[in-house]
Amino acid sequence: MKAFIKKEVYHIFRDYRSMLILFGMPVVQVLIFGFAITNEIKDARLAVLDHSHDEMSQRLISKIASSGYFLIDRRLESANQIEQVFREGKVKQVLVIPSSFGHDFTSQHQTSVQIIGDASDPNTANLLKNYTAAILQSFQMEELGKLAFPIEVKVEPLMFYNPELSSVYLFVPGTIAVILMLVSAMMTSISIAREKEMGTMEVLLVSPLKPFQIIVGKVVPYVVLSFVNALMILALGAWVFEVPILGNLAFLLAEVLLFIIMSLSLGIFISTVSPTQQVAMLLSMFVLMLPTILLSGFVFPIENMPVVLQWFSHLMPSKWFIIIVRDVMLRGSGIAYLWKETLIIVCMTVFFVFLSIRNFNIRLA
Amino acid sequence: MIHDTQYIIEVENLVKKFGSFVANDNLTFSVKKGEIFGFLGANGAGKTTAMKILCGLSHPTSGKVKVAGYDIYTQKEKIKQSIGYMSQKFSLYEELTVYENFRFYGGIYGMTRLDIQEQTTQLLSRLGLSQYRNRIINTLPLGWKQKLAFSVAVIHRPAIVFLDEPTGGVDPITRRQFWDLIYDNASRGLTVFVTTHYMDEAEYCNRLSIMVDGKIKALDTPQGMKSGMGCATMQDVFVALARN
Repeated sequence: MKAFIKKEVYHIFRDYRSMLILFGMPVVQVLIFGFAITNEIKDARLAVLDHSHDEMSQRLISKIASSGYFLIDRRLESANQIEQVFREGKVKQVLVIPSSFGHDFTSQHQTSVQIIGDASDPNTANLLKNYTAAILQSFQMEELGKLAFPIEVKVEPLMFYNPELSSVYLFVPGTIAVILMLVSAMMTSISIAREKEMGTMEVLLVSPLKPFQIIVGKVVPYVVLSFVNALMILALGAWVFEVPILGNLAFLLAEVLLFIIMSLSLGIFISTVSPTQQVAMLLSMFVLMLPTILLSGFVFPIENMPVVLQWFSHLMPSKWFIIIVRDVMLRGSGIAYLWKETLIIVCMTVFFVFLSIRNFNIRLA
Repeated sequence: MIHDTQYIIEVENLVKKFGSFVANDNLTFSVKKGEIFGFLGANGAGKTTAMKILCGLSHPTSGKVKVAGYDIYTQKEKIKQSIGYMSQKFSLYEELTVYENFRFYGGIYGMTRLDIQEQTTQLLSRLGLSQYRNRIINTLPLGWKQKLAFSVAVIHRPAIVFLDEPTGGVDPITRRQFWDLIYDNASRGLTVFVTTHYMDEAEYCNRLSIMVDGKIKALDTPQGMKSGMGCATMQDVFVALARN
């Protein structure tokens, strides 16, 4: 068994190209996704629906216009136009000022405005909402100074198309899921298929090693590699992009390990059905990689998908994993909240292990 | 006869069915210690199936099988320690060096590091390849890989080595050299069980069996087979048997 692991490690490290992929890709992916998503936005187009038309609302609008983040694209006359300007695509956010804005502001010390974001691009929408909220806050501070009594402007953000805004910071959990799928499932399935293709698998099966030992020997190096990769991504996320880790780190790593084992069992299953490396690679690409990227909620919010695709997304282990990682990192949730998702991944693992063993036995019989 | 200790492989009424298809139909044969036993047959005749059963890669449907004195149903683990196996794909790890391959295969048979080193040195010097110990396998010519694959298969000093079409895809001279290697090992007491469809190779075996449609149609020395059937070459014997 020790000899086995050693051999596998030699194998991995001797192939410089796969080494580069294994360690370079996580870094590149995190950086790409990170910078693409967290980039600052300047001169976003804003439409204003001002029901109030008073001095106070004028001052608010000019403050927003001078912030540098927004360009006042146009002024709307009625709420019916909101949908239309979003459809045109240029305007990213609509600010709705109620008719009693100035009056409430001065007399009741409390008023509200509505921010409507185009959350078909949820990250941008969320950023703009935060910018607006900050501007409103400072506006309120300034006016408060003049009027000398407490005033509160309540911000009521309303997100069109994706009310949950669920992909902010999602790039870290998403990248972990993709990389782990790639390293654990794809690399193991390819490397086991390679043993079959080269005829070495037969020799191993003739040897006194038990099939169980062969598989464990093969996957242990990949477990370690995957784990290192996951740590790299978490570290990059935390230090370069300041993605918070609110939950228990040990719990998070345990969930990562569980997902690695799930991916490995999936990889083993793929290898039992693919006779050659090429087949294993193709299967991994189409069965694992694309759905992981497209259907797990990593790139496209699941809420926006057609119902049928939403059902499919439930079958994606990565979907549940992304939920777990996101909740642990961003909400600080523990097992009490995530037992259901964890249980789903455990069941999937058992299912794939069962299928692999069954396929293996059929081949032996 | 079947319990005579001079026999190292004893097969009696071996049957292997895949659904309704009978791949091995009542095989009975035995192989002597130190013998080079040829296992011939056209593709699909069932020789690979039978060999897989002997190696423990497949389970028989019924029949008695003893390999190296151990029962195939109850003492599989002991059989596995006593046999070596070389597949037609040579089964070396292409990205590893010669020595790493020896060390790996020695390791999975539980050999000590010292023992592996000694065996490797000895086997390589017999092949005259000692200076290539640290070369990566995929930089070596096919004929060398083939010999190395054989040596790797016998590193743990098995009593029997199974060779599954070991000479596929190599030129006649290299094949000849490979058979020299087989003879050399057989003279040291190793039993060699070899499948092939090269009829010139069949001539090199001490005894052979020819399988047709899952049955053993002939079992004799090459000489006995030719004279018994009145054929000049093994090729003719084979064709005559396949036609019947």
